[in-house]
Amino acid sequence: MSEEQHVLSILVEDRPGVLSRIAGLFSGRGFNIASLCVANAASEGLSRITLVTQADPLVIEQIIKQLRKLINVVKVTDLAEGPAVYREMALVKVSAKPEFRAEILRIVDIFRCKVIDVSAEHYTVEVTGDQGKITALLDLLKPMGVKEIARTGVTALSREQRNGN
Amino acid sequence: MLESEGVDSIFGYPGGVLIGLYDEMAKSNIRHYLVRHEQGAVHAADGYARISGKVGVCLVTSGPGATNTVTGIASAYCDSIPMVVLTGQVPTNLIGNDAFQEVDIVGITRPCTKHNYLVKDVNELADTIREAFHIARSGRPGPVLIDLPKDVLAGTANFKQPKGPVTMRSYNPTVTPNTKQLTKVIKELMKAKKPLIMAGGGIISSNASQALTDFARKLQIPVTTTLMGLGAFPGSDDLSLGMIGMHGTYRANMSTGDCDVLLGVGVRFDDRVTGKTDTFASQAKIIHVDIDPTSIRKNVPVSIPVVGDCKATLDKLNELLTGENLTEIPEKRAPWLKCIAEWKAAQRLAYEQTDVIKPQYVVERLCKITEGKAIISTEVGQNQMWAAQFYDFDQPNRFVTSGGLGVMGFGLPAAIGAQVAAPNDLVVDVAGDGSIQMNIQELGTAMQHKLPVKVVILNNGYLGMVRQWQELFFGKRYCATQMDVQPDFVKLAEAYGATGLRATKPEEVDEVLKKGLAAEGPVIMDFVVEREECVYPMVPAGAPITEMLLV
Repeated sequence: MSEEQHVLSILVEDRPGVLSRIAGLFSGRGFNIASLCVANAASEGLSRITLVTQADPLVIEQIIKQLRKLINVVKVTDLAEGPAVYREMALVKVSAKPEFRAEILRIVDIFRCKVIDVSAEHYTVEVTGDQGKITALLDLLKPMGVKEIARTGVTALSREQRNGN
Repeated sequence: MLESEGVDSIFGYPGGVLIGLYDEMAKSNIRHYLVRHEQGAVHAADGYARISGKVGVCLVTSGPGATNTVTGIASAYCDSIPMVVLTGQVPTNLIGNDAFQEVDIVGITRPCTKHNYLVKDVNELADTIREAFHIARSGRPGPVLIDLPKDVLAGTANFKQPKGPVTMRSYNPTVTPNTKQLTKVIKELMKAKKPLIMAGGGIISSNASQALTDFARKLQIPVTTTLMGLGAFPGSDDLSLGMIGMHGTYRANMSTGDCDVLLGVGVRFDDRVTGKTDTFASQAKIIHVDIDPTSIRKNVPVSIPVVGDCKATLDKLNELLTGENLTEIPEKRAPWLKCIAEWKAAQRLAYEQTDVIKPQYVVERLCKITEGKAIISTEVGQNQMWAAQFYDFDQPNRFVTSGGLGVMGFGLPAAIGAQVAAPNDLVVDVAGDGSIQMNIQELGTAMQHKLPVKVVILNNGYLGMVRQWQELFFGKRYCATQMDVQPDFVKLAEAYGATGLRATKPEEVDEVLKKGLAAEGPVIMDFVVEREECVYPMVPAGAPITEMLLV
């Protein structure tokens, strides 16, 4: 069976060791974590983990069931099952030699991102978007010399039904 | 608080951080059983839980006390045994300082407990204990560990007995099965020509064996059980096929390869049961009932999944059957049952008793003499398989074995726990000479607490199961499986103040068994058996289950 990428949205109790339980589950059972994004959720005492994993459908099913089995996990949603919005942010430190500066600023403008730090030799660019956009930006910036990248990993929420539909 | 959870027996071993708690416990009504090694405490709590149907409890100190419980906890986790393990911990202000006898036991046991806790505030203690017992005994049962720092144990809090059922936002196991699924199950089974039921430990832990027996008899469906399911269906019933799997009976394994519908209840399709999974019952529609959704479709494809408690499910299925016309069932089932009877006649579990004692003979005689009524615990290896094959279990909760993890050294402490739970029953540990030495020190526990467990050692001077694999698959190169230096088990028993007996000839077997089982207090019976006897049938690891090596 072919591997598919799935984004799982996991609502967990905000307690010590919860992340370790989830990470341990993945490592102990040989599942794969492509990216992981964790922060407080809307309700007090809960956190949302957005986890991207790759596996064949049977393994995905097993991953979801195993996550639900963890006592501190409140809810697991496979965002592939319905419409959802996905975003990722990246900070990119790119070499900004005088001859490239204009070009970098042009790209930043086209991609609607921001330069958030400037030094003699570097710009740090903040970009938000889906994974495709970030990858496209990185491809364009690479020739100038990308020094460092920090990506948040995908975070996502399912879409609510639109009015009238 | 522990008393209010119905705890009356604790297996434990004190230590620095627990002295205060032990001091308090001495004033309570809880009976404490002092073991000789913490691993023994966990296995004893395991045996106790299986026989009593209650949550087993053990109490150990921090550091090495805690790490020594890991094997026992992992075994209870694999076998879904309800248990609460209380570990001492260094005071909260020292946690993380690499203090004396400090270890991160919550971290260590995370993957082998159903859940675990570190209690940092005495005000959370009561609720945590209640939650732990609730988690341990509900849903798919399992071990829960609570780590208790010394200062939390010494702290005081306004104690209010919590009332009402435990409610947890993130933990609500599905007990009641989906009726729509069950209607499909009935339809499938009514249609089936060659149905087969495979029953596992889930039947035993949910007290569903009567419901299963009724259901199977009504529909005339033959039943095979897994190792953990022995006793879930009466072994002497005509519909019983015995155990399935690597050392299962010929008819059970052959039926799996020929049935058209396989109903698995309270099983998890472990690799020792399925052999090669692609070929396991691949011709059949598989219906799988289990309370743990992760067990379903983990190892084999399932046509009709049913998530629910085994007893609740079988009760409901029995109810649905009342609306069906069952008059034609016996006639319809006849060809299938005839086919199974032919398999049974073709290959029986057998051995040839020569002038050397055969281990199977000892177990068979043990079964005869105890009328199949003893509680049998086992170690792991050949002894375990012979006990499973040659002792007939007609009732649930009589067979206590480390099925999933396969822990050598399990049998004696588990027998001790079983004896505590059933003081008036005969409890026998069927052991090998290798396994028994892994926790032989627990004979001291049995002596101190006057628990008259009987140990039957099938002594072949080898680590028999590994030797068997070496014989069959590694050209008889017996590397590191010969136990050249053995204690004299009779003298060893006597050294503990117990009774020791030995049989070296077949004609002595009955006498030693009768004398040993009747003797007061703990007894070791050492049977010097055929050294190179193998367990048959055997499915080589990873082979299709129908391809058995027969005698």
